[in-house]
Parts: sequence; structure tokens; C-alpha cells
Amino acid sequence: MSVLKALIRRDLMLAWRQGGGTGTALGFFLTVVVLLPLGIGPDQALLQRIAPGALWIALLLSVLLSAERIFQPDYDDGSLEQMALGPAPLEMIAIAKAFAHWLSAGLPLAIAAPLLGFLLNLDPALILPLGIAMLIGSLALSLLACLGAAITVGLRRGGMLVSLLILPLYIPALIFGVSASTAGQAGPDITSSSLLILIAIVLTFTVVVPLAAATALRAYLR
Amino acid sequence: MKLVGKDLTCERGERVVFKGLDFAVGAGELLVLKGPNGAGKTSLLRLIAGLIEPAAGHLELNGGHKDLSIGQQSHLVAHQSAVKPSLSVRENLAFWSEFLGGGDIEASLDAFALRPLADYSAALLSAGQLRRLTLSRLKLVARVLWLLDEPTVGLDDNSTGNLRTLMQDQLDRGGMIIATTHVDLGMGDATTFDFAALEARQ
Repeated sequence: MSVLKALIRRDLMLAWRQGGGTGTALGFFLTVVVLLPLGIGPDQALLQRIAPGALWIALLLSVLLSAERIFQPDYDDGSLEQMALGPAPLEMIAIAKAFAHWLSAGLPLAIAAPLLGFLLNLDPALILPLGIAMLIGSLALSLLACLGAAITVGLRRGGMLVSLLILPLYIPALIFGVSASTAGQAGPDITSSSLLILIAIVLTFTVVVPLAAATALRAYLR
Repeated sequence: MKLVGKDLTCERGERVVFKGLDFAVGAGELLVLKGPNGAGKTSLLRLIAGLIEPAAGHLELNGGHKDLSIGQQSHLVAHQSAVKPSLSVRENLAFWSEFLGGGDIEASLDAFALRPLADYSAALLSAGQLRRLTLSRLKLVARVLWLLDEPTVGLDDNSTGNLRTLMQDQLDRGGMIIATTHVDLGMGDATTFDFAALEARQ
């Protein structure tokens, strides 16, 4: 366990100190949310209707934006190779890194989203369901970002490929995330079932992503 | 304790890097790998560490830990530093110490006289100092097998001396070292494996 703790702590420290970490993700998120109402115009009813979906898409893109730094720097400077010779299997390293990514990008964004929702005239009744759905859903997004980062780690400029490979997998998380966030508009039942499916998606990815990511990393380390 | 490789073949892509390679290193022994660039010295080290699968042949660590792979009982010092520029020298060592299961950070700082630099960001280190930081991981946790890829590159005379001391300690403890080099390591008796001879024989 101390292996995972060491890795998570280091990744958080790096995300905080280096560019491309928490700051970039939050900055991008803020930019989208601030610019969106200016681009759409001052139609408050329209903004209120699209607010949850717009926040989710901004969250998704921000998480994707910081995906590259999950494995790329460690691959480039040989850290990943050293980790492969360490006591923990690469599967555990992958899950620790996905969790660290969530702590440094997903979690701050999920906390900021309901607050930034005011800029989009977000219905105050939705603040709580949106916050909860994003807190859980961003875990799925970070896990998928981790998978995409592992698959493209040895490729130059793999960022574009990450988006293409991972985007289809983001769709279920997005659909059920938005649906769980808009509970207040569609009745309480939808909330719980959408939220449960979202949790199921997270749990599935928690199992599948480390296995797939570790396989990809092993191939690149050869 | 003995590391034995038998009839090893290494392929990278479609190219056969080497084939039919036999070697053995015993406790307290140093094996020096020599040969021209591209002969497969680094590939052999990575193969021993388990990062590359041998295309044929067999690799065994007699008397090693049963539950651990050979890689998990090895230190591999390659060309990449595995140092994070945005962490300080001490923070870099502290991470690897915790990751590798607890090590002596203070002793590692002293092994290559890095103490005066301990609290500086690793981004400020020169190439030689970076190399010293990479090598000081050897002191951090004890591992039975050291795989060193041209360890003296970029080191000044003092640091080469420090490295020699560390390597001698490892051998005296009954550890094993396999090192590639183009220069004389000055380590007394060492077995030399020449890749040029392997190629000539085939």
C-alpha cells in the first residue's frame, strides 16, 4: 500500500507544481463556461436548459486535456521503466495513477462545476444532483483518460489519438451523467437509476482499465 | 547465488540483435559487457530485467527470492534518469525510497556527495549531477543484482571513485553486477563478455 500512497502523493505534487496539471484543467473549464453564454447570447431560459449538458462536456474535455500527463512524462524520463521493476504490478500503478489524476483534475472540476453553473443560469435545484453525478462520473472519465494515455504513451503527439480512441467510451458516462444531473426536471426515479448505472460504469472501468492499461504499458516498455 | 543465461536470443522488431548467448554471474562477481554500438549490450540488460522477453533461451536466478521476478531483485541504471525536475533532489530520492519499500535517503545523498544540493530543484542539476542522483538510487535499497548501462558516462573523477566504492561494497556483500562500458571501470578482477567475439563465432 505504501507504494500506491507514494505514487499518488508524488503525482499530486507534480500536478500541482507542473504545467498541464490542476491549473490547466481548471483554467480550460473556466474558459469554456465563461465563453459559452457569450457565444450563445443572453437567452436565460435556453442557458438554463443546456447548463447541465454544457458543464458535463466542459468537464469531459478538461479531463481529456490533461490525460497525456498521466504516463507520458514518466515514460519519457524512464520513471515508468523503474516502476515496472518495483514491487507493485503495473496494474496497481495504473489504478493509482488514474486515482491521482482524478484527485488532481476530476475532483476539483466536479467541485467547481456547480459553482460555475451560476454563469450558465443553472437551476439551483440541480446543484446537488449535478455535484454528486459529476463527483462519481469524473472517476469514470479519469479511468478512461488513464486507458487512453496508456495506449498512446509511446506515440509522439498522441493527444489526438487519445480523443478518437476514448471518445466512444465516454459516451455512456456522458449520457448517464447528464441524466443523473437533471433529476429535478425528470422526476426522482431517473436520478437513482441513472446514478446507479453511472456507478456501475465506474466499477466496471475500475476493473477493466488497469488490466488493459498495464498490457499496453508492457508492450511499450519492450 | 548465481544468475545464468543460456542460449539467449533477442529480437527487436524483425532484427535479431544477438543469438546463442550464454553467460553466468556468481555472487560477488562483476560481469563487464563490451562490444560495438548496437551489439545488444543494453538489450541484454533489459532482457535480464524482464522488460524484453527473450525470443529463445532461458534465464534463471539460482538462490534468488522465489516470489520476486529477476527485475524486482535488480537495480537497472539506464540512460534515462527517472528524475522529476519539479521535485527537489531529496524529494526525488524520498519518492523512490517509499516506492521501493523504504530506503536510507541520507546515505544515498552522501554516496555521491549530493547533500549540498539536497534541497535544490532537480531542474537545476547539471548533466553530471543528474547522473549522480540517478546512480544514488543504488544505495537507496539493497538489491542483489545491479544492471548498469555505461554508469560512468558524464561522471567526474571523484564521482567515478564514489561509484567504484559503491560497486565494491555490492560485490563484497555478495551481490552481482553486470555493467556495459566502453572505458575501464578500474574494478580489479572482472569477467568480460565480448559481443564482437560472440558475433565472430557465429
